[in-house]
Amino acid sequence: MIEAFFNNFELMIVLTGALVGIAATLVGSFLVLRGNSMLTDAISHSIVFGIIVVWLLTGYASGPVQVVGAVLTGLLTVWLTELVAGTRRVAYDAAIGLVFPVLFAAGVLLINLYARDVHIDQDTVLLGEIGYVWLNTVTVLGYRVPEAVLTVGAMVLVNLAFITLFFKELKLSVFDPGLAVALGFAPGVLSYVLLGLTSATAVASFDAVGAVLFIAFAIVPAAAGYLLTDRLGRMILYGCAISVASSIGGYTLAVQWDVSISAMMAACTGIFLLAAFLLGPRYGLLGRVLRSRLSSSAGGDPSSGKLAP
Amino acid sequence: MLLSDFTVQNVAAGAALLGVTSGVLGAFAVLRGQSLLGDTLSHAALPGICLGFIIAGSRHLPSLLLGALAAGLAATLLMFLLDHYSRLKTDAILGSVLSVFFAVGVVLLTWIQGQAGTAHGGLESFLFGQAAAILRGDLLLIGSITVAALALVSLFLKELKVTVFDPVFAATLGYPVALIQAVMTMLVAVAVVVGLQLVGVVLMAAMIIAPAVGARQWVNRLEHMLLLAAVLGAVAGVSGALVSSAQRGLSTGPVVVLVACGIAFFSILFAPGRGVVWERQNRWRSSRRLRTRQLLTTMLRLSQEHSDSDYATEEGMLNAYMGLGTRRALRRLESDGLIKHVVHMPEEGSHWMLTGAGREAAERVLRELGRQ
Repeated sequence: MIEAFFNNFELMIVLTGALVGIAATLVGSFLVLRGNSMLTDAISHSIVFGIIVVWLLTGYASGPVQVVGAVLTGLLTVWLTELVAGTRRVAYDAAIGLVFPVLFAAGVLLINLYARDVHIDQDTVLLGEIGYVWLNTVTVLGYRVPEAVLTVGAMVLVNLAFITLFFKELKLSVFDPGLAVALGFAPGVLSYVLLGLTSATAVASFDAVGAVLFIAFAIVPAAAGYLLTDRLGRMILYGCAISVASSIGGYTLAVQWDVSISAMMAACTGIFLLAAFLLGPRYGLLGRVLRSRLSSSAGGDPSSGKLAP
Repeated sequence: MLLSDFTVQNVAAGAALLGVTSGVLGAFAVLRGQSLLGDTLSHAALPGICLGFIIAGSRHLPSLLLGALAAGLAATLLMFLLDHYSRLKTDAILGSVLSVFFAVGVVLLTWIQGQAGTAHGGLESFLFGQAAAILRGDLLLIGSITVAALALVSLFLKELKVTVFDPVFAATLGYPVALIQAVMTMLVAVAVVVGLQLVGVVLMAAMIIAPAVGARQWVNRLEHMLLLAAVLGAVAGVSGALVSSAQRGLSTGPVVVLVACGIAFFSILFAPGRGVVWERQNRWRSSRRLRTRQLLTTMLRLSQEHSDSDYATEEGMLNAYMGLGTRRALRRLESDGLIKHVVHMPEEGSHWMLTGAGREAAERVLRELGRQ
């Protein structure tokens, strides 16, 4: 029965998508709250540079060496961005927009020069190919398991362990960085670990979803969760649920219309964001408009946002 | 010669146009603190390009660019709505719109590829840019877009300027601020449209930012900044295009972007007055000046306390007063003729006394301090 589970390639594709979404949302939620979402954009682009450099140096196109390389590249990106912004000649967002294209451009040129015929080709880098994850399997305990399920699954566990262990510290550093410093929680270190895990998750998800679509999985479900609730735990939970739903919905629609599976999954996260924006219980646009109508006609207090009985 | 090659001419001309457009139009985005707008709008252009292709049924450039512009408009509108009516922060809005629009673009792209019978003729080239695919006719089109956008900027420069630097003041002048801001955002979308073919969606972000950031370091007036950004953008474009065609196998887009960012980083470091290196040097100079002035006044006070105009101060004492390492500053003062070395008692080490000029200099310093 377990064998049938792992041999069901449809299930494996959906599972990979869901795992990517969960792993990305676990770290992405904190980035969205901290106002650092665009760092995922920077990191996921610039690890193209890390991937090709690690490949040139070691010959590994995936696996643990690549994950380490990605973490280092991600941290390099953040460090360089802070260095450029630290000169105070440019704003932080401009620094992001100067640093990651340089690394990405360098990565593309290295691919141009040295890696024309290897599996790292440019389209895969941007788009990924989740439809093929079940082709690349490893044998674990006698079962053939897709490699992507293993690596992304491992990232889910690592990220989950990190945010469970440091939930209190992370929460404080997001909502009150000043107090976090005062209490000695080292939010700087925590932030670098968070971004390092983001890089690791990005490279683990690379083969499946590529650089740009990873951004969708990291930011959009978390942003949608943020529009649905005021509690951090629930926000993460909703984000993960949206990721799973997007994975299932995206796969179904993609097969129906014969289009890119990973892109359809990412597009589905957008639908959930739009739904949360319009229909969210407390912050939804529709609800707010209705409430202000109702309360102004009932003479209630429009700021209370409560429906008249 | 490189420039006599027809393709190279096309690419260089296209790159120059791109540099000028993104330099000038990007400057407004950078000054408004919306540097990453270009990143979002360039990714968001992809579904528009695909829709343009689907509607036109071929790789008809005007339709593709019109589609890209329409997608840019839709993305701008959506960002405006999310910004005003949701509690998401700007970065989350930019990232969400970027990635979801791009995802829809990829969905459409793969749908087009799946349709039998259509010549999907290299829409992927818009992802990374494919400079060699630029035709003479394309140049005419993006050239006229460039001219139109630049004409718009020069006609309404005053309005744009006031809105960039002081939107509230612009509103009191009766300017339609929201409209002008929307126009500025759309101008970034125009720059993106011009550049997509050449550098692709990912690297467009840097082309919006780099020339403007570079230019900002050298000049302080908006007009000068716009001109310089255009020049720097064009220089980056042309030299990048030439380098990439001289060396086989190098894509044009990445080379152009590396040159543009190189110029920006060079400017941040070395621009006179504002550059980081200049600031370091100034700080070093002024700390050196401060140190010599401290030495002079200390020696003057000591000689006044001892009522001895020829009072010889022991170097060890100066070290104790001011921290170690007064030797180099003392040597400098000596070579300027402000102090001289005297041997007071051989076993007690170096001693220094003020010369007449040194005494005057020290008194001048104290007078200046007194005035402040």
